[in-house]
Amino acid sequence: MAIDKFPVEATHIMMFARAIGDTNPIYSDAEYAKGTEVGAVIAPPTFVQASAQFDDEYPLRPMPGKPWFGSGKEATGLKKDPKGDGGGSGGGNGGVLHAEQHYEYHRPLRAGEVLTATNLPPKNWEKEGRRGGKLLFSETTTEYRTVDGELVVTARGVGVRTEKVVESK
Amino acid sequence: MSLKASELKVGDSREVVVVDDLSRTQIVMYAGASGDYNPLHTDDKFTQEVAKYPSVFAHGMLSMGMTGRVLTDWVGDGRLTKYGVRFTKQVFPGATLTTTATVEAIRNEGGVNYADFTVVTKDQDGDAVVTGSATARLD
Repeated sequence: MAIDKFPVEATHIMMFARAIGDTNPIYSDAEYAKGTEVGAVIAPPTFVQASAQFDDEYPLRPMPGKPWFGSGKEATGLKKDPKGDGGGSGGGNGGVLHAEQHYEYHRPLRAGEVLTATNLPPKNWEKEGRRGGKLLFSETTTEYRTVDGELVVTARGVGVRTEKVVESK
Repeated sequence: MSLKASELKVGDSREVVVVDDLSRTQIVMYAGASGDYNPLHTDDKFTQEVAKYPSVFAHGMLSMGMTGRVLTDWVGDGRLTKYGVRFTKQVFPGATLTTTATVEAIRNEGGVNYADFTVVTKDQDGDAVVTGSATARLD
């Protein structure tokens, strides 16, 4: 993932704060925020995750004209792969679970800023799962910077995917 | 509303119910705001029939976000310097989650006061769903 332009918008912050059930006015009330130490509406600690909205190729967002692995008429919108190479279950990134997430905040992130997001080279490793099959781990570090290059947030996420035994069906 | 180092001591802790009877709708809200539209979180048909889970379940990041509120409500706005978690159990609709944050250390580094916290969020069965740590800058 590389995102050239991640506008940190006040309305987006408000919606994100609502979604996590956080009623702190620092996330929604510009007048209130003026009188605080940070001086402006800021983003909640996990907000940069929402940069996915600005990733043109984000695989967990349905795209017009492209098959989507969630349900429509059928339980999955993906056609079965006739080669049956085992890639069907879960489809897309549906089989990846989030194992860890870590943030470093270099300073508060304020509404109205525009960031870029750049991924450092990922680290990958494997473990044997308890129920058989390999667990495939992948760690990605993303740097969120201003357009001038100032580092604002560093995010490090670990995802895990189970390499499923091919089921006969 | 920022916190002074003198107002905290090691072992201080806060416990907050961050969600009671988690609704599918709140999970949908999180999908919409975060942009993570993975059907595992919002689409029961896909989740049960294809992915073979009992129902949709919350984004780990929703639990992390709800957990973070306990820290920011305590240390003040824009004061966290680090926050990290592991996701240790899935959270299904109907869950009631309780977060406990505890002061592990108070230190001065380069003339700046910091507090280190551990944080754990448990479900209604008492099982941890999120465990982690955080650091905040204090006055």
